[in-house]
Amino acid sequence: MPATTAGSRRLTLALATVTALALGATACGGTTKDDASKDSGSAAVGKADPDAKTKKGLTVAFLPKQVNNPYFTTADKGGEKALRELGSTYKEVGTSSGTDTAGQVSYVNTLTQQQVDAMAVSAQDPGALCTALKQAMRNGVSVVTYDSDTNKDCRQVFVSPASAEDLGRTQVELLAKQIGGKGEIAILSAAQTATNQNTWIDFMKKELEKPAYKDIKLVKVAYGDDDAQKSFQQTQGLLQEYPNLKGIISPTTVGIKAAAQYLSGSKYKGKVKLTGLGTPNDMRAYVKNGTVEEFELWEPAKLGALAAHAAVALESGQITGRKGETFTAGDLGTVTIGADGVVSPGEPTVFDKANIDEYDF
Amino acid sequence: MPDTSVKSPVLSRLGGAVRWDTSVGALLVVLLICSFSFVENFGNALNVSFLIGNTLPIALIALPMAMLVVSGEVDLSVASTAGLSSAVMGALWNAGMAIETIIPLCVLLGVVCGLVNGLLVTRLGLPSLAVTIGTLGAYRGIAQIVLGSDSVTDFPAQYLDFGAGRFGDTFLPYAVVPFVILLAIAVVVLHATRFGRSLFAVGASEEAARFAGVRVKRLKLAMFVSTGVVSALTGVFWTLHYASARYDNATGLELSVIAAVLLGGIDFDGGKGTLGGAVAGVFLLGTMQNVMSLLNVSAQSQTVATGVLLVVSVLAPRIGRRISQARARGRTAAPPPLTAPSP
Repeated sequence: MPATTAGSRRLTLALATVTALALGATACGGTTKDDASKDSGSAAVGKADPDAKTKKGLTVAFLPKQVNNPYFTTADKGGEKALRELGSTYKEVGTSSGTDTAGQVSYVNTLTQQQVDAMAVSAQDPGALCTALKQAMRNGVSVVTYDSDTNKDCRQVFVSPASAEDLGRTQVELLAKQIGGKGEIAILSAAQTATNQNTWIDFMKKELEKPAYKDIKLVKVAYGDDDAQKSFQQTQGLLQEYPNLKGIISPTTVGIKAAAQYLSGSKYKGKVKLTGLGTPNDMRAYVKNGTVEEFELWEPAKLGALAAHAAVALESGQITGRKGETFTAGDLGTVTIGADGVVSPGEPTVFDKANIDEYDF
Repeated sequence: MPDTSVKSPVLSRLGGAVRWDTSVGALLVVLLICSFSFVENFGNALNVSFLIGNTLPIALIALPMAMLVVSGEVDLSVASTAGLSSAVMGALWNAGMAIETIIPLCVLLGVVCGLVNGLLVTRLGLPSLAVTIGTLGAYRGIAQIVLGSDSVTDFPAQYLDFGAGRFGDTFLPYAVVPFVILLAIAVVVLHATRFGRSLFAVGASEEAARFAGVRVKRLKLAMFVSTGVVSALTGVFWTLHYASARYDNATGLELSVIAAVLLGGIDFDGGKGTLGGAVAGVFLLGTMQNVMSLLNVSAQSQTVATGVLLVVSVLAPRIGRRISQARARGRTAAPPPLTAPSP
């Protein structure tokens, strides 16, 4: 077919031209990762007045990673309660998928439009929300992130679940105790990009460097993407790949539940130890049937409450998000802002057979 | 087009007056007027720029998609192509390549994705629905292999500003410029060239078009490649707009695009529709979504509303046509063509 050959020749020519142009552009020196300058302007502006009166009648919106996710529902309820006590209004919006970053951006934009006074956001992606959040702050909206942070110049305060260091190190302590201080262990995380997970895992690795853990070997970090099915399969894969595995740490509520589900139905039940971060309601059955001895979590309601208090304190001008500033947060007492505008509600709670029935979330 | 031959002059005049795409355009105008008057915070420049910015990815892909559907084919892999383009962009950026090189390479990637779809459909004669469901999965999978679940956010500021910024304090995002250019090209090509007329002809009856001398396969291949290129460009725009290159960018966008195109009156069977209608459909959906968000309608209810609108948009023109056909038949049936001796 002569016509086709002519056509494909023309196509080849076009492709060649595009490639040549592209390479030409590089030769002429384009913008690469190295020359992209980073503007790291601090979000905190103005002066804090710790004695300023706490404002009432504010509207604070919560934008969780995912609505109808039990963990965030509990956290946001904590925020709602705190706001009611402070005399302000609570509202919650968000996407039904945990990875719909475009949807989350458009919710931030909508809240900016609706002129809420402050928003508490749990970011699905550290970078994607930045432009929208900066725009919100320029329009006078105070921005707090909770549970999952954005880049630090895109919000004023980050409410971290518990100090990242505490969380990372204590999970290793819990597992080491359960496996008698020796053997191969693995980590089942959420997404490879999840900032909080990665920080905890770094602290776990640091903790493991201590001489006390010289007989423990971390063989793999697996990623279940906070998807129950995928986490289940990853657990199965870990046990097949490492027959001598003694324990798994899963610092994600979805991951630990899926891993517990797999272990509890397999021959490894009770033999391979599992710990990490889970909710009492998710894990109750597995603690009672002997699959899991101990796991831990901060109380999400406290997290939400602290986010609410931080939002109101920002909007009242009591804090700006700088290190060393303090504000009062109801039952949580006085909170001091740490480096990079991070605050946290304190040490995580450890759950076991003895105390798990005291909690309902 | 089998049904247009038997229409009474009255009915065809009526049909012309209430054409579906015209009514969608009118509906969009009504919705905009109502929103400007009654929805708080809708009318200011910032919100309108949000609306346009969020709708642009759909609008961009809707252009070639409308033309593809007119020719009787469909491409479900557009969102995956955009995701792949985004992932490749992130990976190359991380590898230290210049963004001025990466963007043309992404376009090239779009050509390749489109060629794969187009060749499978035209050379192997497979239905495009099946082929592109396959490549929908494949391209997304490759995207995940390329970038993993990483997200790349540190693109150069001037490009990010282009992706997310707007002209001063007006409601127009910068990215409207390339869209308007592409729109102009698409309108001219579809409605004022032989290529466009051939697309309609192929969509109406492929066989007839072939006998009339239209190079059907080449035409379709060209449309698949164009769709691939625009999808890849949309992936680049998406990355800059949301300042985040991820393999799962634009997931599910193909459904919004097809919903908008069908809503705009492009017939899923091919051969009918206008680009004006398609663009009106896109912005009708976009505006509805924006208004529903401002009115605090939950995400779930928004999805339901969009779904219902889509079903209605597919049903309504069909029912209309069915009715006009039935009427036409009623008239012609009165004096039945008996045993007229045909030569």
